[in-house]
Amino acid sequence: MKKTANYIEKSMNVIFTICGFLAVGFVILITGFLLVSGTPAIGKIGITDFLFGTEWASTAQPPSYGILPFILTSVYGTFGAIIIGVPLGLMCAIFVAKMANDKVSRVVRTSVDLLSGIPSVVYGLVGMIIIVPLVREVFNLPDGANLFSAIIVLTIMILPSVISVSETAIKTVPKEYEEASLALGATKTETVFKVIVPAAKSGIITSIVLGIGRSIGEAMAVMMVAGNVANMPGLFKSVRFLTTAVASEMSYSSGLQRQALFSIALVLFVFILIINLVLNLIVKRERQ
Amino acid sequence: MQEKISIKRKIKSTVLNILMYLSAGIICLILLGVIGYILYRGLPHISIELLTSKPSHIRGTVGILPNILNTIYIILITLIIVLPLGVGSAIYLNEYAKNKKLIRIIELATETLSGIPSIIYGLVGMLIFVQFCSLGTSILAGSLTLVIMTLPTIMRTTQESLKTVPDGYREGSLALGSGKWYMIRTVVLPSAIDGIVTGCILSIGRIVGESAALLFTAGMANEVLGFVDAVTPGNAGSSLTVALYMYAKERGEFEIAFAIAAILLILTFVINMSAKWAASALKKKGAKQ
Repeated sequence: MKKTANYIEKSMNVIFTICGFLAVGFVILITGFLLVSGTPAIGKIGITDFLFGTEWASTAQPPSYGILPFILTSVYGTFGAIIIGVPLGLMCAIFVAKMANDKVSRVVRTSVDLLSGIPSVVYGLVGMIIIVPLVREVFNLPDGANLFSAIIVLTIMILPSVISVSETAIKTVPKEYEEASLALGATKTETVFKVIVPAAKSGIITSIVLGIGRSIGEAMAVMMVAGNVANMPGLFKSVRFLTTAVASEMSYSSGLQRQALFSIALVLFVFILIINLVLNLIVKRERQ
Repeated sequence: MQEKISIKRKIKSTVLNILMYLSAGIICLILLGVIGYILYRGLPHISIELLTSKPSHIRGTVGILPNILNTIYIILITLIIVLPLGVGSAIYLNEYAKNKKLIRIIELATETLSGIPSIIYGLVGMLIFVQFCSLGTSILAGSLTLVIMTLPTIMRTTQESLKTVPDGYREGSLALGSGKWYMIRTVVLPSAIDGIVTGCILSIGRIVGESAALLFTAGMANEVLGFVDAVTPGNAGSSLTVALYMYAKERGEFEIAFAIAAILLILTFVINMSAKWAASALKKKGAKQ
């Protein structure tokens, strides 16, 4: 009796240990598979030609595999979304955390939660039907599916994470800071912007980094609104992001073209790892 | 004596205030616009026929029954696999692991997993499950891909809820002579059930909204499958989101696309509400102890 009980205890111990290291295993697995399938093409094309080549013509004869257009598009798109989304989101977060009364802030918070739950294809659909024609009309373009439309959709998609994370950060600022500032004669608004926001700086930066991660990794919504042509980026040009470059040719690719797609995914993965690393550093610094 | 605030300061404050109200207003407007527009365009096209038939050129029907079923299958298969794994690893982290460094490594891996974009999951899922494990483009391969993706969610919520179980419970049980596994099974896990439920709801939300990870793993087929077919390798099937993408982007059939979008919105709303309800239940329990 005692022996079987002991046996079960020991085997459960082993099982739980295996489960515990599952996440580590998955990360290694993903990295391994991406490295194995992503590096051969980079070797064949040459790393400078691959990363800094300005032309992507995978089906041309002879084909050229330069992904600089995709990298720049991803960077510009993300940058644009951050430029518009962060001030908007931060203002909203401050409003919800400090200025609005309970009822209003609950309404806004529920809205933000809902926005964050909407699937990305739904955003893509709305972008396709509303934003793309609107951009075409307003700027008098032949086609509205371009970087600008993508930036607008990305902005909407990063807003929820920017708002909820910075709101949490603003709320954790000690009440004494606020009281001291008010007692010194600052108005409520001055207190919020000159005392509370600087005190919540690291949380706000975290929210920005999260927004960068989300927008650089977004694929489906962007695919539906960005036009999907491998141009060097311009605000009103049809463009392809790193994510959409992988997705759009995957179904019919073969040979070196297919390998090159895996290399693009590897580049994207490296970008994400760097963003994660930055995020970790910020969180770590905050803890100390 | 009330000191007067200079006009410059007053203007500055007013402008900032206006900006704040404006931002909050814009965000609520975006939400109302998106939801209103989708429901307005989508609801009129939702019909019994749409929900209960499959697309067929011969009979002239357009339906999303296969996609609804596929989404349900993917949710079920993913949860069945990820639940024991995620709960197990949370238990390891909270109950077994002693080494601080190892815990840190596992947590780092979990954070990395939750930061990886879904398109990369789709690609790696295709490499691992579709090609390497030769499951073919199938619902099973798609679900396995989502297992990796949802693991961090289940882990985190379970762990949070395990932390609220007081140590006294554990010590009491151990002092009465129970083994560690017996203690976990009878004392710790039942008290952590609400965290596991929250994790499930959040995972379902993520699975329902997922598209990029499924596009190349679960495929684009629109056939009605039984559950046994769904777990057989090689049977592809598109989820609601993938179907939406195909109808909107590849075929330009926007009526169906909006109908699916409306259904997804309603599902999202329901899942959101249940997650909130579960989370508040969890919080209440945490506060009680």
